[in-house]
Amino acid sequence: MWDRDQMAARAAKELEDGMYVNLGIGIPTLVSNYIPEGINVTLQSENGMLGMGPFPLEGEEDSDLINAGKQTITELPQTAYFDSATSFGMIRGGKIAMAILGAMEVAENGDLANWMIPGKLVKGMGGAMDLVSGVGRVIVVMDHTNKHGDSKLLKECTLPLTGKSVVDRIITNLGVLDVVSGGLEIIECADGISDQEIRNATEAKIVN
Amino acid sequence: MQKVYGNAGEALKGLLFDGMFIASGGFGLCGIPEILLQAIKDAGTKDLTFASNNAGIDDFGIGILLESRQVKKMISSYVGENAEFMRQYLSGELELEFNPQGTLAERMRSAGCGIPGFYTKTGVGTIIADGKEHKDFNGETYILEESLFADLSIIKAWKADETGNLIFRKTARNFNPPAAMCGKVCVVEVEEIVPTGSLDPDLIHLPGIYVHRIIQGEHEKRIEQRTTRPAA
Repeated sequence: MWDRDQMAARAAKELEDGMYVNLGIGIPTLVSNYIPEGINVTLQSENGMLGMGPFPLEGEEDSDLINAGKQTITELPQTAYFDSATSFGMIRGGKIAMAILGAMEVAENGDLANWMIPGKLVKGMGGAMDLVSGVGRVIVVMDHTNKHGDSKLLKECTLPLTGKSVVDRIITNLGVLDVVSGGLEIIECADGISDQEIRNATEAKIVN
Repeated sequence: MQKVYGNAGEALKGLLFDGMFIASGGFGLCGIPEILLQAIKDAGTKDLTFASNNAGIDDFGIGILLESRQVKKMISSYVGENAEFMRQYLSGELELEFNPQGTLAERMRSAGCGIPGFYTKTGVGTIIADGKEHKDFNGETYILEESLFADLSIIKAWKADETGNLIFRKTARNFNPPAAMCGKVCVVEVEEIVPTGSLDPDLIHLPGIYVHRIIQGEHEKRIEQRTTRPAA
């Protein structure tokens, strides 16, 4: 089974040289620690920045320089800043090659739910709906099951959707699955996990 | 025309009325018009509708207007860093319209460009699309989103010249240019007003045509999530 860092490291293998990528909050943020040698990617922060650098050293924080999670960050030599309308123009316009984000549920047709649990505190979708409907490729990184042991890869999402048929690939603690015609296809098993264990933990239809 | 005002109260004089619609710049607490928000609180204007990506925190940003019960409705993409906001929302005192973040930004920008609405794929197949016109273009379905025409824009920039040409700093630009564009009148607060002619015309982020009144002030610029990396 993969831990959070191993999931992030596996997600980092999706990156290709020259890509413009948006990383979500949580495990996706860790992906930047595992970018393979020789692969140069530019990270977009949807609050208006391309070329996001690491967190600052203590004493170097700048209140005018934050990421989409409102954390202080730094700039790089290639950094560019722009306004929110321009930022989502490049997202909506398909200029961002890939988004790696977390999810509560994914359905076998690629439906994604990650913003709202009815009856619980709703904080809003932020930029998630724009990202999943706009970027070239959507990679979800999440645990395969919830804390009750129920599959988060479902026949149909039970929660309100963030996007309809938007997910391309799912990386979980158990392995890697693609959304294909008719359901999900197992691409890879995590260390020490069998194909059968993935099947047992998955409600969604597996086609291979 | 004189655009520079002595303080926020003077700059807002004659612009505020109960029930008005205000567009505000800022993302989280970054690049928010903190001085103008305080002045609106001091003016006591009520039943305000705000288009703003976030709603501040309890004692800073739009949060201070929630505390004084001056806000009727928020149009935002992400809220809830704010206990008083949640209390008023759950008790039904405060209306909330969630917009996807890019849709919110574009609703402001397009209003400023004289475009009353636009089609987007964002939110198709979600509750955001309920009740909205759907239309297919090149085999894909889009929804109609209407632009946000505000009575007043309040924004924050880094520097202004006396004609209102603006320069922002780093990610504090965020919603400020689109928010500036969508209002009938735009008031900006800046850290520094510089003489006209001292900004490079090629490096202006927002031309002064969108800016009607300017004040200079001291900004607290609070950090919401101070995050650092260990020294190597």
